[in-house]
Amino acid sequence: MSDNAAARGDMSTCSVSKGCFVFKPSTKKRKLSQSTAHDFGIRNDDSEDTELRFVTCQSLWNQIKSETEKVQEDLNKQLLDNLMNFLSRFHSEFQEKTAEWTCRMKFREIPTAALVLGVNVTDHDLTFRSVSDFLQNNITPYIALLEAKDCPGIKNLMQKLMGQLMNCYVDVDSLEDEDYVQVSQNRIRCSMSSLIKWYESVTKKTDSETPSKKRTTSTHWQSPPVVVIFKDMESFTTKVLQDFIVICSQHIHELPLVLIFGIATSPMIIHRLLPHSVSSLLCIELFQSLSCKDHLSTIIDKLLLTAQFPFKLGEKVLQVLINIFLYHDFSVQNFIKGFQLCIVEHFYSQPLSVLCCQLADLQKRVHSLSHDQCENIRRLPSFRRYVEEQESGKQVALLTTDNFLKEETQKLLEDLHVYHENYVSVLRCLHVFTSSLPKYPLGKQIRELHCACLENQVWETEEYESSLQLARMLNKSDLVTMLQQCMEILLSSSGKEFDKTVEKLKKFLTEFENLEAEAFQEQDVSISSQKELQKKTDLYHLQKTLLELKESRRSKKLTKFEMLRFEVVDYIDSLVRKYLVPADRRTLHEILYFNTAAVLRGHLNAAPRTALHTALNNPHWYLKNQALKCDGGSISNKAPDICIVYKLHLECGRLINLVDWLEAFSTVVMAGEEPNADTASSDQMDDIIHARFIRAVSELELLGFIKPSKQKTDHVARLTWGGC
Amino acid sequence: MSRSEGSGGGRRRVLQVKFVPDEEVLKHIADDTGIKVRKDKPQPSISLKRFVKKLENISDDEPQEILEEKNYVATLGICTQDPMGNGTSVSGGEVYSFQAPKRSSKMAELASELAHTPEQSVAPDHSKGPGKTAKTPQSSKHSSSNKEQLRSKKKEFVSTTPYRLRKRLAAPDSCLESESEYSASCSEEEDEEDQQEVSTVLSGQKTPAKTKAAPTPPPRNSLAKKNKEEKMSNLMEEYFEAHSSSKVLTSDRTLQKLRKRRLNQETLRDLLTKAPLAYAAEIKELNQQHESLFSKWMLQLHLGFNIVLYGLGSKRDLLEKFRTSLLQDSVHLVVNGYFPSITVRSILNSITEEVLDHIGTFRSPLDQLEFITKRFKEDPSLELYVLIHNLDSQMLRGERSQQILAQLSSLPSIYLIASIDHINAPLMWDQAKLSLYNWLWYETTTFSPYVEETSYENSLLVQQSGSLALSSLTHVLRSLTPNARGIFRLLAQYQLEKKDNPSYPGLSFQDFYQQCREAFLVNSDLTLRAQLTEFRDHKLIRTKRGADGVEYLLIPVDDSTLTDFLENQDEDA
Repeated sequence: MSDNAAARGDMSTCSVSKGCFVFKPSTKKRKLSQSTAHDFGIRNDDSEDTELRFVTCQSLWNQIKSETEKVQEDLNKQLLDNLMNFLSRFHSEFQEKTAEWTCRMKFREIPTAALVLGVNVTDHDLTFRSVSDFLQNNITPYIALLEAKDCPGIKNLMQKLMGQLMNCYVDVDSLEDEDYVQVSQNRIRCSMSSLIKWYESVTKKTDSETPSKKRTTSTHWQSPPVVVIFKDMESFTTKVLQDFIVICSQHIHELPLVLIFGIATSPMIIHRLLPHSVSSLLCIELFQSLSCKDHLSTIIDKLLLTAQFPFKLGEKVLQVLINIFLYHDFSVQNFIKGFQLCIVEHFYSQPLSVLCCQLADLQKRVHSLSHDQCENIRRLPSFRRYVEEQESGKQVALLTTDNFLKEETQKLLEDLHVYHENYVSVLRCLHVFTSSLPKYPLGKQIRELHCACLENQVWETEEYESSLQLARMLNKSDLVTMLQQCMEILLSSSGKEFDKTVEKLKKFLTEFENLEAEAFQEQDVSISSQKELQKKTDLYHLQKTLLELKESRRSKKLTKFEMLRFEVVDYIDSLVRKYLVPADRRTLHEILYFNTAAVLRGHLNAAPRTALHTALNNPHWYLKNQALKCDGGSISNKAPDICIVYKLHLECGRLINLVDWLEAFSTVVMAGEEPNADTASSDQMDDIIHARFIRAVSELELLGFIKPSKQKTDHVARLTWGGC
Repeated sequence: MSRSEGSGGGRRRVLQVKFVPDEEVLKHIADDTGIKVRKDKPQPSISLKRFVKKLENISDDEPQEILEEKNYVATLGICTQDPMGNGTSVSGGEVYSFQAPKRSSKMAELASELAHTPEQSVAPDHSKGPGKTAKTPQSSKHSSSNKEQLRSKKKEFVSTTPYRLRKRLAAPDSCLESESEYSASCSEEEDEEDQQEVSTVLSGQKTPAKTKAAPTPPPRNSLAKKNKEEKMSNLMEEYFEAHSSSKVLTSDRTLQKLRKRRLNQETLRDLLTKAPLAYAAEIKELNQQHESLFSKWMLQLHLGFNIVLYGLGSKRDLLEKFRTSLLQDSVHLVVNGYFPSITVRSILNSITEEVLDHIGTFRSPLDQLEFITKRFKEDPSLELYVLIHNLDSQMLRGERSQQILAQLSSLPSIYLIASIDHINAPLMWDQAKLSLYNWLWYETTTFSPYVEETSYENSLLVQQSGSLALSSLTHVLRSLTPNARGIFRLLAQYQLEKKDNPSYPGLSFQDFYQQCREAFLVNSDLTLRAQLTEFRDHKLIRTKRGADGVEYLLIPVDDSTLTDFLENQDEDA
């Protein structure tokens, strides 16, 4: 593997002696850091905007990234505080050597925190990183993060543990005695006693250090605990865990050890993995992290239902992302990754995305649009729809005068921003109502409501109708609290249009209060009737009065409360109709909303087997040749060899006789090539067909449809079934 | 990835719904209510959701859950139009489901059918002619004219069925014939172990027979118009039929009997270069479509994604083109995953030794990985593009290798672009690895032949071991005493004499001893045994014990090589 292919000057990557080829261009030729923006522009003709588009894209993504990190941090705060309390409690006990501590020492119990993190394993890394950062900054420099895949045996575990602990010692302290540590790490025997010795020497050193040096460790506690984190507790082998715990418990009085278990399933797993004799050596406290569903809701709330970012997701795209989350991985990280892809895809494929920016920059950008870009705007379907609605004079101006178009574009985009702001506020209000209805006809989560509203005009759906019906049956106290919530939402929104709405809601609320006063008066009547009821003991009379009561209630007009309730619901309905128009009805929505779900799905949730299946069964899908066009399940005999061979093999059972297969293949191929069958010598023809057959069969083997079989000579085994 | 194909039983039910819509549902409705339903298909503008709802109203026997999952399929956008024309219009379970019983002659039938399908108005007998006559002489060595007649007769009776399937397929008259024809072939018993093996491959799909997807009945099958329930029970029966028998019902013909049995690698390559590539223009067009994405790939690689290519056809040329057009000025590593002795170790070695110019060895790949990680983190100007052809190859598909590669690819300044081909390739990755890889999937169906990828493979039909075995045979034999050579020669000659006997067990030790004595090659069975031990150590012979406890000796080399060997020996002598 030593010969460098580039050095030899030939660039071939075919070889029978090696499989890896490194190409190193000479240093002067090498571009040090290729600008990524360069890749952005190759595709499009309007090169003046690509740079700007790329910059916008990057800055937007960075904003979003920092936002998600902030969300993550906030969500973890509770967990981290709890952990901190837990650690400090044990630490103070250890320092003061309280009675409790001595008691625990007698039983040799190791303080243990069990973090229940949920099944979204891919998100755990981030949580652990923040945990270890937090501990490192606030409590102790001695942290070891262990993963099951690194620790197949107790020896590896100890090795890994000591390696990490001693390395972190180097990081914290000055680097002057690096050599010493480097050497010792290699030579030190991996045992608990050496670990303890190391701990003693380290703590003594920090104690005796000069104050100037101590600043690095100043945030840490005196004789800080050693924290060992098991990232994926479930994947560790039982034996390793058991041994480690037993060994540690023997030394717990010398070494203030704290274990943290990361658990994906349920806390029960500890007892299933460890026998009682071992688990009794642990003093376990349980910590629950936020569920991934809540995490997602927060993320959606902060990223999508906000006016902070100009970029928005269309209905289909959002649906795809949410479905991947719910049906495949529960991973918030993947959701964010999908979101990132959407941003990149939008800015890459939509030249007008240059206008997808903050309102402050909008005017400048609109006015610097080139003529081509103006043409791009005119080509947008939503814009064409808009033009058709205008009177003829304006139509001409829009289609011919660039400057007028720019003015109009700016206005429309500003409208779109305002629309989104209002949309979000009203959506939240509607959610206040729908989320408390029985059976949740419009969904429990705001994201479901959001999707429904984006998909089409929500007030035309049956679900909306039924939720209004249900809302008309709400009781007063619920209604009042909901109205109050709505008012808060509208007040906090930045939209200016809601002054009137707030007024109206206030009016409703005062009317409800007035009702209460009136109700007192009415109450007397009802109480008296009630009393009458109680007086009668006769069954016949009771029935009669009840019937009378019912009659009177039916005939009675609606009470004031009911009237008011109807009014409130109708008002909410009018708000919905006004503000929750689906985004794709708005002019120029293409600029701010990303809606190509197919691309997203293809990249994130691909179906390689289906693609293979289609290619083999229906080559015409890819190769647009008339000869290949065939209806139904059959294929033409002119199809590529591999398709024919595949089709033939579908007719076989578990084993396939190669000779029969070959014969069938040649029958088909000969028929396909009828015209020149006579001219070419049949012998050579035969050989070629044979060779083509061999190639097709070995390709099928590579694809995993068949494998060689020793059961019978010249047979192969089939590995897939079904299909045609 | 396999996610969307799903392997749960529930998902497979979805298929039935998916499969039903166009005609079956309408038929079903028409049968039930007697109302004439318009035959037009649901308008594309009507969302699938709504269509399903309609279905719910009409037929109560469809369980609710199906509808919900149907919604899921609909919302995932299977029905959305795709500009690139990805072949995703088929839903998962239609693709690969259970094994169903197959008639042994179906392949020949389909072949003749395919041969006439298109507009060519050739009479059946005529077009069957050339195919036949081209083949018959090859198997004539075995005085098979009689058999051949039988075969052609069999082809006329289109469906020859084992009696077990008689009730399903009505073709009783040819039953007896097919029995006699295939009596020999039934001799091979499939052992339990292999069945296991097959089923483990299918393990993801092992769910009760009820949930099995309906295989489309072959077009000429008259039973196609069956009621749904009947079909269901039939499916069940078919399932158990397919799994009950341990017999292998295939013909006994072997490649040995064909005149041109095996081609060697070079002739194969020559022949294939002679054969013109079909649909070159269309394939070129496909490739151009993919090539237009190169700059996008670069962008996405730089933004922290890694790219994986899938789809039928070799993606090697495409990646090579990507490499030569865009990576000329940057450090990059090309890994041929299909190379038979590639290891993760060698990949890591080429990174540490050639990219990082590090001299020295590492205790384990994990250490090496750690070193690489550290170096790349220390030096932000260091960038490396890694291209892996066939990430799913035999040598790299192991869990540990994938873990290491995934960790490697998760480094921000290492850009990975890889291709996969195996249908089960996505099963290599669990959620943790997937998130490390951070894949973006690209469908790049190229239809180009897998020339390089299969060139290393020990293909079934390619005579590969031949020349190698021959040279090793002569080499070893040359270092032996003349007597030993004679002993081996005897055995080889005897084996060649018996080559037409498929059940030849080998030469028994006693007989062999007798022959050797007669040829004055050994004087006691001890010397013979010593000699045989030496042969066995060099893997020249194999011994096995027969049912009667007798030891049989066999040379594990195919007959043609053995013939060549004897000829060579004759020349030498």
